[in-house]
Amino acid sequence: MASGIKDKVAILGMGCSKFGERWDCDAEDLIVEAYQEAVADAGIETSQIDAAWFATAIEEVHVGKSGVPLSVALRLPNIPVTRVENFCASGTEAFRGAVYAVASGAADIALAVGVEKLKDTGYGGLPQRGAGPLNDMIKNNGSAPGGFAQLATAYSQKHGVDMETVKKAIGSISVKSHANGVKNPKAHLRKAIPLETVLNAPMIAAPLGLFDCCGVSDGSAAAIVTTPEIAKSLGKHDLITVKALQLAVSNGQESGHNSWDGSYFLTTRKASERAYKEAGIEKPREQISMFECHDCFSITEMVTMEDLYISNEGEAWRDVLDGFYNADGQVPCQIDGGLKCFGHPIGASGLRMLYEMYFQLLGRAGERQLKDPVFGMTHNLGGQPHQNVSSVAIIGHQGA
Amino acid sequence: MVGIKAYGGYVPRRRLPRGVIVEANGWFNSALKAYSKGERSMCNWDEDALTMAVEASRDCLDKTRPDDIKAIYLASTTLPFTDRQNSGILGTALNLGQNMMTMDITSSQRAATSGLINALNVAKGMGGSALFATGEHRRSQTANNNELMYGDGGAALLLGEDDVVAEYIGAGQVAVDFVDHYRGQNADFDYNWEERWIRDEGFMKIVPDAVQAALDNTGISADEVDHFVMPGTIRNIAAMVGKRCGIREDAARDNLHGVMGESGTAHSLVMLVDCLQDAKPGQVIMVIGWGQGCDALVFRTTDKLPSMANRLGIKGHLAHRKEETNYNKFLAFNGLVQQDGGLRSETDKQTALTTLYRNKEMVIGFVGGKCEQCGTVQYPKSRICVNPNCGAINTQEDHRMAETSATIQSWTADNLTYAPDPPHHFGMVTFGEGGRMMADFTDVDEGGVAVGDEFHMVFRIKAADERRGFNKYFWKAAPKVQAS
Repeated sequence: MASGIKDKVAILGMGCSKFGERWDCDAEDLIVEAYQEAVADAGIETSQIDAAWFATAIEEVHVGKSGVPLSVALRLPNIPVTRVENFCASGTEAFRGAVYAVASGAADIALAVGVEKLKDTGYGGLPQRGAGPLNDMIKNNGSAPGGFAQLATAYSQKHGVDMETVKKAIGSISVKSHANGVKNPKAHLRKAIPLETVLNAPMIAAPLGLFDCCGVSDGSAAAIVTTPEIAKSLGKHDLITVKALQLAVSNGQESGHNSWDGSYFLTTRKASERAYKEAGIEKPREQISMFECHDCFSITEMVTMEDLYISNEGEAWRDVLDGFYNADGQVPCQIDGGLKCFGHPIGASGLRMLYEMYFQLLGRAGERQLKDPVFGMTHNLGGQPHQNVSSVAIIGHQGA
Repeated sequence: MVGIKAYGGYVPRRRLPRGVIVEANGWFNSALKAYSKGERSMCNWDEDALTMAVEASRDCLDKTRPDDIKAIYLASTTLPFTDRQNSGILGTALNLGQNMMTMDITSSQRAATSGLINALNVAKGMGGSALFATGEHRRSQTANNNELMYGDGGAALLLGEDDVVAEYIGAGQVAVDFVDHYRGQNADFDYNWEERWIRDEGFMKIVPDAVQAALDNTGISADEVDHFVMPGTIRNIAAMVGKRCGIREDAARDNLHGVMGESGTAHSLVMLVDCLQDAKPGQVIMVIGWGQGCDALVFRTTDKLPSMANRLGIKGHLAHRKEETNYNKFLAFNGLVQQDGGLRSETDKQTALTTLYRNKEMVIGFVGGKCEQCGTVQYPKSRICVNPNCGAINTQEDHRMAETSATIQSWTADNLTYAPDPPHHFGMVTFGEGGRMMADFTDVDEGGVAVGDEFHMVFRIKAADERRGFNKYFWKAAPKVQAS
């Protein structure tokens, strides 16, 4: 295996806009809001940035294609700006581009920005859009929750956990994220809800009800990265470095070969295995202090807890019901409210997760601060369970 | 001897009780109340004349799928395309190859019987078999009598010279421009004239001429006719006409009005298939086709007839029944009300014809690939084998997926996506011979789907591109039709 990214790159600064239904904002406003915080946190000038990566997934409903929208919004000094799109992992992809640029020596300081302005479609949920002329002829009709809901039927079948228990466990996941979101001033949804509300909500795609689905939000997040040496030369002391950055992409096996049973994410397992190896983590359940996973739907989070090897296979529902992932549990998950409550502006989400881990590691998370975290992990899952991209990133204190 | 080698039928699963229609529209047209008995078949939103013809043909061809088909005929007045050969789509859907004649026959309720006479004549000495399919899905104005009289359905016959289950003896035809109803170019609905005139001047005078011509041409006497297959929505019309022709009273076949209504052009063959399902070897069947004149065809069943017992035919599909009591659904499925589909329904549905042409076997014929190196069946067919332990390049042979079972591995009922009949059911199905796909489901009821259920694949409308008048067709998973 390659030597990996561990400790080669440090986060110099991060920023995140308020997420939510930002009726008064265009994507440009959101980008500037996140960037201003990041650049101030980094303590640098725009002119010091050598290259930028720009993530947005559904550009057709807001900024359009290319790196131009970012360069124009920030009046970047004609530096390279690369636009990346990889479903819901787009934000993490922008981060990966910036980190690799610094690690390679091609850039001293690099910027990653993700944005999504989703609330200009006229309806709730993600925009429906084409998948190309051939796919549009043979691909099933169905929404995002429709695809993810099937994890629940397959999981229930495989592990012999009755659907009522599954519903209760995934409902508890949403209750936990709502409780966490209350303490996050930038979160889209900031209201605690009881389990009964979740269980009695209108059905979106069986067995997922309204509160099993994350918010669809407007928002932006940004990261500025550099080498640990440059970070120190700029006066930073308590450095947060990148420990692992992994991405796994489906090759058609899950959708086309009968070896996949529909109850787990093949890609997340591959990406997390590689990430732990890259970061030198051997016992994730004990070593990972906290994580943000891609809880687009409550069932996604539950299955992912297993695919990230925090819970044993077939037992995440038990850990959830035991409070293992709560704010006061052993491995808090979605301490910032997650996609569920912080919100899910697709291109920004991966960077938003890193923003929370970074703030927690630096002890700057305010009311929701966890005690002495060492490693924070983030995870994105884009596409559908049977065909997707999955990213895993781990950051931590330098030397940890 | 030329004749019918096999038969198949199709009737949509949904049945609308006439009482439901009368309840909705009786306030406006009180005359409807006289027709409130029985039920009519109704297409699901994703069914039309073509899809019903495909399903009837699949029933007819069964698993044996003859490899000597030289011609495909499709008869209907409600074909989805006015200028794109519909029988060509039928042939592609059935994956029957392209070295054959294909032809649409239309413009009259008599299209199926006239076409069948021609097809049988051509089949003599053709050196192969011919598939003759029909389907009809007529729309009608609300509160019009036709709404109660019509039903949707299809039938298919395999014609040839060997091993026939019913020998074609001959026919009689008369052509008379008797306009009991018509539907002009671009008109949505039929325009009808008075029923009493149609009965007295039409049926009672024109049909006997055709019957007599058929009897003269075949040397069969009227009292030899065991089954008199004559559609007609006028009460008791077949028995009345039969009596005038000297045909035994008990020979008049039930016109299926009580259980499905009249399926237009298709109905003569729908009734013929229904008849073949309970006829005995050695019986004489006369089939009447009515429409600006009359066709009368004479068949005699053979001792091969019992070999068709595994076909669902019309009786099997009639038994696979779901009562639909929501009249608004009938209106919506037939485009008779302006529905608000919501913003999600507004996505453009243009079809790239170049892409469709390159992939017509994959899309319309549901042909996947089978790796000749490792044997893995996969859909879609691809350049590199999907089997993680194989990965061979350019090794996949065409593999038709339509006839294998489809077992549900996971599923959902989706209320968010736009669907004409929500919630939209779909899920991962695994095929009996290998391979899988995330498939749309159709003909399922809420609460009626479970992991492990064995479905089968059916040819349906995937989406209607209303802006351009183009129906997109593909395959969906549906509960198996179980003959009871």
